[in-house]
Amino acid sequence: MSERIGVYVCHCGTNIAGVVNVAEVSQWAGEKLAESGVVVSRDYKFMCSSLGQELIQKDIKEMGLTRVVVAACSPHLHEATFRNACKGAGLNPYLCELVSIREQDSWVHTDKVAATEKAKAIISGGVARVTYHEPLEPLHVPIHPDTLVVGGGIAGIQAALEIADAGFHVYLVEREPSIGGHMAQFDKTFPTLDCSACILTPKMVQVGNHPNITLLTWSEVTKVDGYVGNFEVTIKKRARFINEDLCTGCGICQEKCPKKVIDDVFEAGLDTRKVVYTPFPQAVPNYPVLDAPNCTFFLKGTCKACEKFCPTGAIDFNQKDEDITVQVGNIILATGFDLFDARRIPQYGYGRLANVYTSLEFERLCNASGPTGGNIVLRDGKTAPKSVGIVHCVGSRDQNYNPYCSAICCMQSLKFAHLVHERTGAEVYNFYIDIRTPSKGYEEFYQRLLEEGTHFVRGKVAEVTDAARQSGEDGKLIIQVEDTLIGKQRRIPVDMVILSAGLEARHDAKEVGKLFGIACSADSWYIERHPKLDPVATMTEGIFIAGCAQGPKDIPASVVQGAAASARVMGKIQQKEVSLEPVRATVDQDRCSGCRICNNLCPFSAILFHEDTMVSEVNPALCQGCGTCVAACPAGAISGTGFSDEQILAQIEGLLLLNVKHLELVPG
Amino acid sequence: MTETFEPVIIGFTCNWCSYRAADMAGTARMKYPPNIRLIRLMCSGRLDPTFVLKAFASGADAVLITGCHPGDCHYVEQNYKALRRFQLLKRVLTQMGIEPQRLKLVWASAAEGAKLAEAITEHTEEIRALGPLNWPTGPNGFEQNKPEEMVVQEVTA
Repeated sequence: MSERIGVYVCHCGTNIAGVVNVAEVSQWAGEKLAESGVVVSRDYKFMCSSLGQELIQKDIKEMGLTRVVVAACSPHLHEATFRNACKGAGLNPYLCELVSIREQDSWVHTDKVAATEKAKAIISGGVARVTYHEPLEPLHVPIHPDTLVVGGGIAGIQAALEIADAGFHVYLVEREPSIGGHMAQFDKTFPTLDCSACILTPKMVQVGNHPNITLLTWSEVTKVDGYVGNFEVTIKKRARFINEDLCTGCGICQEKCPKKVIDDVFEAGLDTRKVVYTPFPQAVPNYPVLDAPNCTFFLKGTCKACEKFCPTGAIDFNQKDEDITVQVGNIILATGFDLFDARRIPQYGYGRLANVYTSLEFERLCNASGPTGGNIVLRDGKTAPKSVGIVHCVGSRDQNYNPYCSAICCMQSLKFAHLVHERTGAEVYNFYIDIRTPSKGYEEFYQRLLEEGTHFVRGKVAEVTDAARQSGEDGKLIIQVEDTLIGKQRRIPVDMVILSAGLEARHDAKEVGKLFGIACSADSWYIERHPKLDPVATMTEGIFIAGCAQGPKDIPASVVQGAAASARVMGKIQQKEVSLEPVRATVDQDRCSGCRICNNLCPFSAILFHEDTMVSEVNPALCQGCGTCVAACPAGAISGTGFSDEQILAQIEGLLLLNVKHLELVPG
Repeated sequence: MTETFEPVIIGFTCNWCSYRAADMAGTARMKYPPNIRLIRLMCSGRLDPTFVLKAFASGADAVLITGCHPGDCHYVEQNYKALRRFQLLKRVLTQMGIEPQRLKLVWASAAEGAKLAEAITEHTEEIRALGPLNWPTGPNGFEQNKPEEMVVQEVTA
């Protein structure tokens, strides 16, 4: 064996050393793997520390190591660290292999002897594999300076503005007719009770007017090709039936349109809108959308009232959906959340009992621009409630629905309680499991509510019913709950019930994730690269996430993530090029028989077939390095850089070396 | 060597899903038997059937193939190719006289650390019950009860 291999076993404090006998492993590797080329084997408390790295570098220089195996944590954490350390000592970084004896060994096993043996096997596999490593150079590709932001809620708005203000171009795509997202529907924001529209709409206007932002509302991304730095995105711009160049946003068409339909989206079903409409007065862009499936002209062929009255002739019934293709270097997904459907908990009566409201309905109810002009009244439209029950954790922290905490409901419920108090003077009962007010100013807000005299009942509501059993319950909604602080069942009659419904991932989050090549958690939230240290990046280079798409969060946290994602994108743009892992397939043209089996396997159409020479060739710019063609080539003509057959086969053998040795000792 | 048979299992993981699931299982300190040794591939589609045969030939008692859920492949659809190869391999193994249940395929997303740990535990128990894979292996292998014959095999191989 001509390679000179160094093995470095990390203690990771007690993370590894607490279970694996690292000294024994290191000694074993030095002795038993000597025939595989190991010339030095050391263990050290923290290999990732600068002293640990220097240890490796010193050995590379002084002992002339040609390969390095580090046995420590997952390569997803420190592969770059150790590769760079090797590079610093003049060794090609791809000649270093990091094997995981922490995530795959010490952290998942309790049997110290077995874990130590497994560590030896893992190192043996790494040593066998690294022998076949080749020096590689990362691929450098230019980064397109434009960015795509998907979702025009507060997180997307923040991200788009930060990038645009920095002088780079942004395409902001929004599915609805206007940007603003859920925040535009709210009346007040906790804990400061800022008017939501007052703080949001200036940002929306900024987006609408920004020279660096191309705003595409009523549009959806339908196709994403390419990779970091070079995405080609197809956006379907749905027909608005309004000529945007001619429309002045005067609103006459909305006024004249004779047909009204229930507004399920912006008004949460509490109000109607016209068929040609802008969802709310401050909508950006301010030109309307014509809802074709409900339009009398499209249904019956007559009407055209909007066209008749439009002073600029902007109505265009012949407009068609349009596919727009844009080139971008990075993508930020800020696609937000869906509200938990309270109908799924029938015992709470939503949809059956008139005066049971969802949180979003209540937001509209108390919003000055909402259906009642901000008057908190019952469904009859005139009676002010004398008592209101607010149910926390509806669909959240519940094994039957969503096990997670939706993060915003406590503060939102406190806000509702305050608004009901302020505007109606009604008695307010909050039914909670735990009150969670962890951010700045939140606990103070809770204290304020306690002082305002809101009743807090600790217990999960069993039922909301209109079946009166006792005096004083007639005509009321009765909340049946176990008050766990006094250990008694209570029936509390109220006039109105607000269900603080939890947040859920978008119903199409999975499909959208697939479109962009990112993964979802079990609850369909997009998975971040690292939950603590890399919360807005994803495992797919060039795709970032922000806001509630990543998990339930409130407005301040969404804004922070929007800004964070934009900072990551701007960092990428400033680098002007990105270095990609050189994991690519290559065809040995002498060995290729031209069978073309690989041609159809490649999902990226990266394999070209040369008709003249009758051989296939991989285009390295399109190849993503999955290795399927490598595995399929019957002639063994395709090799996968970084994951070659030799490397994998050697690793298999190395991993099993110890096992074989052991079994050889078995008495016959 | 001991009273109970402890199988050795080679697990192939995808860089984007199951390898991360293994990381996640580790971070969450979920426990599973130490019988498995994982190999990282970029995609389950990279799984050359030779790898599985090599693992068996080199002394593994079982092989676990893991990949992204159907439809969730990082490389669009390559896990379907792994699925095809898995089906084919099971038939080949049967023809070779190897119990096909020694080879198992599990889909585990990056979020499914618990699922992966469970699958490893389950597979280990199944193989423990099934017993060791006794067959003469390749040049570097052994014949469990007749080490002297192994030399002969080596020469003829």
